[in-house]
Formats: sequence, C-alpha cells, structure tokens
Amino acid sequence: MTNDVLPKQPTYYEEVQRKGYSRRDFVRFVSMMTAFIGLEQSAIGQVTTALETKPRVPVIWLHFQECTCCSESFIRSSHPIVADILLDKISLDYTETLMAASGFQAEEALHNTMTKYKGQYILCVEGSVPLAADGVYCMIGGKTSLQILEEAAEGAAAIIAWGSCASNGCVQSAKPNPTKATPIHKIIKNKPIIKVPGCPPIGEVMAGVIVHYLTFGRIPELDKLGRPKAFYSKRVHDTCYRRPFYDAGLFVESFDDANAKKGYCLYKVGCKGPSTYNACGVMKWNNGTSFPIQSGHPCIGCSEENFWDNGRFYERGSSFAGFGIEADADTFGKVALGVTTAALVGHAVATNIGKSKFIKEHQQEGRESEHELKS
Amino acid sequence: MANKYLHIHRLRRVYVWELPVRFYHWLNAGVIIVLIVTGFFISNPLALMSNREAANQYTMGWFRYIHFIAAYLFFFNFLFRIYWGFVGNKYANWRQFIPVSKRFIKEMWTVFKIDILMLKKNGQQQDHLSVGHNAMAGFIYFLTFLVFLVQCLTGFGLYASMSDWWLPKMFAWFPAMLGGDIVTRQIHHWAMWFFILFAVVHVYLVFYHDYVEGRGEVSSMGGGWKFIEEDVFEKDKHMTPNPEKTK
Repeated sequence: MTNDVLPKQPTYYEEVQRKGYSRRDFVRFVSMMTAFIGLEQSAIGQVTTALETKPRVPVIWLHFQECTCCSESFIRSSHPIVADILLDKISLDYTETLMAASGFQAEEALHNTMTKYKGQYILCVEGSVPLAADGVYCMIGGKTSLQILEEAAEGAAAIIAWGSCASNGCVQSAKPNPTKATPIHKIIKNKPIIKVPGCPPIGEVMAGVIVHYLTFGRIPELDKLGRPKAFYSKRVHDTCYRRPFYDAGLFVESFDDANAKKGYCLYKVGCKGPSTYNACGVMKWNNGTSFPIQSGHPCIGCSEENFWDNGRFYERGSSFAGFGIEADADTFGKVALGVTTAALVGHAVATNIGKSKFIKEHQQEGRESEHELKS
Repeated sequence: MANKYLHIHRLRRVYVWELPVRFYHWLNAGVIIVLIVTGFFISNPLALMSNREAANQYTMGWFRYIHFIAAYLFFFNFLFRIYWGFVGNKYANWRQFIPVSKRFIKEMWTVFKIDILMLKKNGQQQDHLSVGHNAMAGFIYFLTFLVFLVQCLTGFGLYASMSDWWLPKMFAWFPAMLGGDIVTRQIHHWAMWFFILFAVVHVYLVFYHDYVEGRGEVSSMGGGWKFIEEDVFEKDKHMTPNPEKTK
C-alpha cells in the first residue's frame, strides 16, 4: 500500500476466503454474531449481505492507560473468524499491541488512515487518558494521550470505548486518582461514543458491537449510560443460574462451607451481580466455558462505574470514607443510634430539672382534681 | 391546697390533626417499620439452613415482595400527604414545614432555646406553645420529606430494571445519574438510618411535650385533639367567622 493510491478495500467475505475459511465457516460465524447482537434469525441474511458486500471499515485502535486485557479478551472470541478477520487481517490499520510496524512506520500508518478515511473510520480506545501534569503520565511518540485522542477523534465516524478504563476510568481513576485518569466520554463530546465496560468486556460482546456497526452502518441502541442495550440491559443477577438459591434465601456464608459446595447463592460473600449490568450469565467466558459465579467466585461488578471505589469485593456493605476501613453504614448507624439515645437520656434528666416548675404544677393540678372528685 | 398555685387551667379542645393526617401518619409509621425490617433482611439475610430444595422455598423472594409492596404504599401515601398539604387545615399546610418567613426562623430559634438549651428568662422557666407543629418540628419533618424523596428515587430507581410498569421505569434516570446501582443501593441503605434515628427522637419528643406541657400531645395522633389553655385561646383567636358554621 503506497501513500498515494487508495486501494479498493476488500469486503469481509473476500478476506475470509483469502484466509482459507469455507463458506460454511463464514455462515456459521454470521449466525453466531447475529444471535449475539440480539437480532432474530431473519436478520442473518442481512448480516451476511453486509459482510459480503460492504468494504472493510478502517479501524484505529488506540491504547492509553490500560492493561491490554480488552485486546486479549477480543482475540479470544469463541469464533476464530473474529480474531482473524475483524482484528488480525481486515480492520486494524493501527494498534500498538498487535501491528507489525513500529516507530516511524506505525505513526505513518496511523496518519494515513486518519487522512485517507477521514469521517469513515471507527476509533476504538482502550484505556483512560491522564490529564494531570499536562498528560505526561501516558505519552506515545512524543505526544500525550490527550493530543493523540483528540487528533484521532476528529475524523472518526464513531468511537468505541473498550473496557472499564475507557468507559469509566477503572482502577487508575480510583481514589485518589493521582494521574487524573479520565474516561473518553468526558473528553470527546461531539462524536457518538459506545461504551463497552467490563474488565475486560466479553470478547463476543466486543465483536458483536463491531458487527452491528458494519451491518447497519450505525451504532447499536444504547442505554442511559451509553452502553449497547443488547448486552447491558440485564443484570448478571437476572440471568444467573444461582438465582433460585437467592430467591429461596439459601446463601454461601463462607467460601469453605457446605453451602459453597452445594452451589448456593454468593450474595452474602459480596456478589455484585444484583447491581451489575452485563451479559456474563448468558454469554459466559472463554468460548462459553464458565463465568466467575459459575466458578464459585462472587461477581465484583467490573462493568459498573467506579467499581474499585464502590465497596469491598467480599461484602455487601461498603466502608465509609474517613471512618476507617472497618466502619460501614451499619456500624456508623449503630454508633449514631447510641449517641442519640445517650443525648435523649441526658435531655430527659435535664427536663426534670429545667422544667420542674411546669411538671410540678401539672402534677399538683392533676392530684387536686383527683382529690376533689367523688369516687 | 388550691391557693398554692396561680389558677387551675381551663382547657379548650382544638381539632389539630384531621382524619386523613392521622391515617397518613399511622400508615407511614407502619410501612416504614416494615421497610426497615425487610430492608435489613435484604441487605444481610439470615443464615437459614434448609434441607428442602430451593424450588420449594421463597424466603428472600417474600421479603423482597413485602418490601416492594410496602414501598408502593409508602410512595402513594407520601404523594397523598403532599396533596393534603395544600387542601388540609392550617396545621397540615405546607407552610408549616418550609422555613420561608422570618417568623418561622425566629420560632425555630425560640424552640431551640426553650426545649433544647432549656434557657431561663429572668430566672423563670419557660414554656412554648404551638398548637400544631412547632417550627423546629416542622422543619425536621421537611427534612424527612426530603429523605422520603431520596428513598423513593433510589428505591424505585433500583427497582426500575426489574419492572415493566412505566411508574418505576420513570425513576431509571436516577441510578444512571449517580453512576450505577451499586452506589445507589448504598445511598438507599445509608438513608434508612435517618428513619431509625428520626423515629427514636420523634417518639421521645412527643412524650417530652406531653410530660412538660400537659396538652395531650401523645393522644393527639389518635383522636386528633389537642388542648390549650382558655386564656391562650382568647389571646390568639381572631374574629373571622367560620364559613362552615354559617352554612
């Protein structure tokens, strides 16, 4: 690919064939994706046509403050075509962790995509952007994350914020957030942003979001927090296979008790499933093998905002900032109740002294009336 | 004996709390107790052991179900009380709760001095009369209404995603604004403690007023009556005729 000539982009199907996949593999992949993005069976044809006819959409994938677990999750999507075609061969014009180019060539590839496909490419962002100290905490090629993001966002058709880092800041924005790690939607305001939170998000969910965009040419329907409704409208709790134990009131009390062996609900050991919106219970992880709760570990709510600051992982209660790590709402409440009761007892004593005149008068008046009435 | 005190009080009956206000009060008290008990259970269920299959029991389910029913009663009762603040008698009126006038704030200060600091004036113990709520109580009730609102917003906000009805769904924006269900649930739990502390202080102060003033404070939420001294009544009454009487 030279810098001057814009080559005709192959379609996804052409790339699939070139990769050595059969028509059957392709259709299987399409059927799976259609189901994942929440479409009915009749839409399989539509998705197939889109992937057969539409040229590949250029993708720029930026990495800022992150751990690359989103990329790892993505390339482990259950169907190999996801990794091979969407990521490896077809779409990625620039991604620091997976591309072969480095240094000048890499920067050039990024620049080329941004200028040639202005207004057409999808910008995927993995990681948050540090704003403290003029952004020196995360710099690539002599530019701060903020500069790179703003440049790349300028010509993007849409932005996908991969993972909790890009969606809400994740661990690096946990208190006290020394680098002022900032999620993408707080920096870029004038582009459609799809948040795909999770630490990491489920690989099939990530693929599903991209396929939805390819098929329909627009971003999927989002909820109030900017997440695709198809994957984030239900709580992990709602699709959890341990839910019947929850409703029955049968809970694991500690990780080594008989209840844990029986597979009871993990609510009392801190499961955040009832407050966490994600598709883990349905899609599961690693080719549908399992998900945390199935493996006996409570959900830690990794796709929820500020999940590092939203209380402890293994308890329902949360600590109160400034009152020590062991002080939760109920401890605080009990102390307040004790103080209140003591204050009221003090007030009652003070009343008998400070209002003695009225009390005495009422008592005398009442006794006098009692005496004067005939029995 | 009789000459030992100034005079025997003649008390006059005043209809302070109308039936809807009393009904609201006791329904509210009842559902709040139910909400606190079930709420505590939901936040930290008891360690029940059972040999029965999960399909044969519904313990947590029932607690949550009762919590939600009580929440609906609480919500509509709350709405009704706001409505009654505009159509009820002068002691139920919304002006009793919101400190907007200078007089209101001045009375709050007076109540604070007399009932909490127990200050004396010219060496004399002091007494304060308010027929309905005193200004301090009115303001505290206003704060409780704000906490009611917080509980409705957080509670129905959490419930929204489990419901198909438009009413709870209307609250879905609130957890979204706060940044998720986890923090919303915590606020819901913290605010619950306000009700417990309020109830303790509220019950104490009702008995305090009854004990010190002898005007029937405790029983007023039963029959609606309070009793004020005849001379106080004569001093405070105005001559505008009662429209109901002339009918």
